Amino acid sequence: MKNEALYNYVLRLGDDSLILGQRLGEWCGHGPILEEDIAMTNISLDLIGQAMSLLDYAGELEGQGKDHDALAFLRFENEYRNALLLEQPNGDFANTMMRQFLFDAFRKPLYEKLLESTDKQIAAIAEKSLKETKYHLKHTSEWIIRLGDGTEESHQRAQTALDHLWRYTNELFFETTEDVSLIASGVVPSMNDIKAQWSKTVLSVLEEATLVIPSNNWQFEGGRRGVHSEHLGFLLADLQYMQRAYPNMKW
Amino acid sequence: MVTKESILSWLEEVCDPEIPVLSLADLGVLRGVEYLNNEWLITITPTYSGCPAMKTMEDDILLKLKDHGVQAKVQLVLSPAWTTDWLSESGRKKLKEFGIAPPEAEVDKSVLFAAPTVVPCPRCNSLETKMVSQFGSTACKAHYQCLICSEPFDYFKCLK
Repeated sequence: MKNEALYNYVLRLGDDSLILGQRLGEWCGHGPILEEDIAMTNISLDLIGQAMSLLDYAGELEGQGKDHDALAFLRFENEYRNALLLEQPNGDFANTMMRQFLFDAFRKPLYEKLLESTDKQIAAIAEKSLKETKYHLKHTSEWIIRLGDGTEESHQRAQTALDHLWRYTNELFFETTEDVSLIASGVVPSMNDIKAQWSKTVLSVLEEATLVIPSNNWQFEGGRRGVHSEHLGFLLADLQYMQRAYPNMKW
Repeated sequence: MVTKESILSWLEEVCDPEIPVLSLADLGVLRGVEYLNNEWLITITPTYSGCPAMKTMEDDILLKLKDHGVQAKVQLVLSPAWTTDWLSESGRKKLKEFGIAPPEAEVDKSVLFAAPTVVPCPRCNSLETKMVSQFGSTACKAHYQCLICSEPFDYFKCLK
């Protein structure tokens, strides 16, 4: 492969979008109110669309003729590179919104930096996706504030979600040794910059939401290396069912 | 003889499958028509990454041109990224007549962080409307309601 570092990087981006998009899609028909049911599936659709562009590009870099479908449906669990945060089960609405918020606050500054990528295709995908991501972050920020600074119960649920999900946040900023060359050549930004911006957004929204970051900062990692939680296998069983049962089927 | 003009006029009849009053040119999705290597190359750009209507649009373009005996190819480009600024004047008018409020000039500010964008009701033109949800019946629309005539309506949300 000509550029394995870039392939791995794009695969991580694509898998993050794909797995979170699949999770959000599980809310279809189950949202707490109709408007939120539609909002979550709209966001899911954007993420799946972004995953298509990213995985198509990953397939192109790999050079073995794989398109987004081949990469989305025909890999084994340990070949997915998404962060553990994104495969965590939906839980209640507060948990889903918190997971989405922590991710959106990461994706927006990342896409803003990738706009300046020396790689034209990454820059194009970032340009397209950033506009959508801004709407997502606004939506989830508002919900975190409403829930956190809402009723006693909504506050408690949002705080429980934050306590539970915080341990998966550091992994978003994972960098490999091969990323160093991508950073040096201006293809991707350093995660230090992204983390600084992420922290700023997260801290200001959580403060307004009267939510407190858990004092225990034990962090999980593994997804970026293909070592996943038990939840991913069940998610993939759903996601891949049709292609596994009826190989090469088309709609 | 087939010219770029004739192709453009035929494509004027190809519409957004979800907003059938808008042609692809009105919507700003049609980005180019070129004759390259003995075939016509039609360039389109998606409104939203996951818009499921893109595939239908591509098929409809090929079908329409086939009706006129023209072999063509459709390519999808992401950059420059689509913006609601590309919606034509006639497109904005057609949207309103169809009952969908056309995009305002500004990206919607949120209710919690700033004053929301004022979107006039497409039915009674009242400025007293409220956003029900930022996410509506399709990726490109938000859901609003008029406080004067009570009509619920779609707003083609601003994307920049």
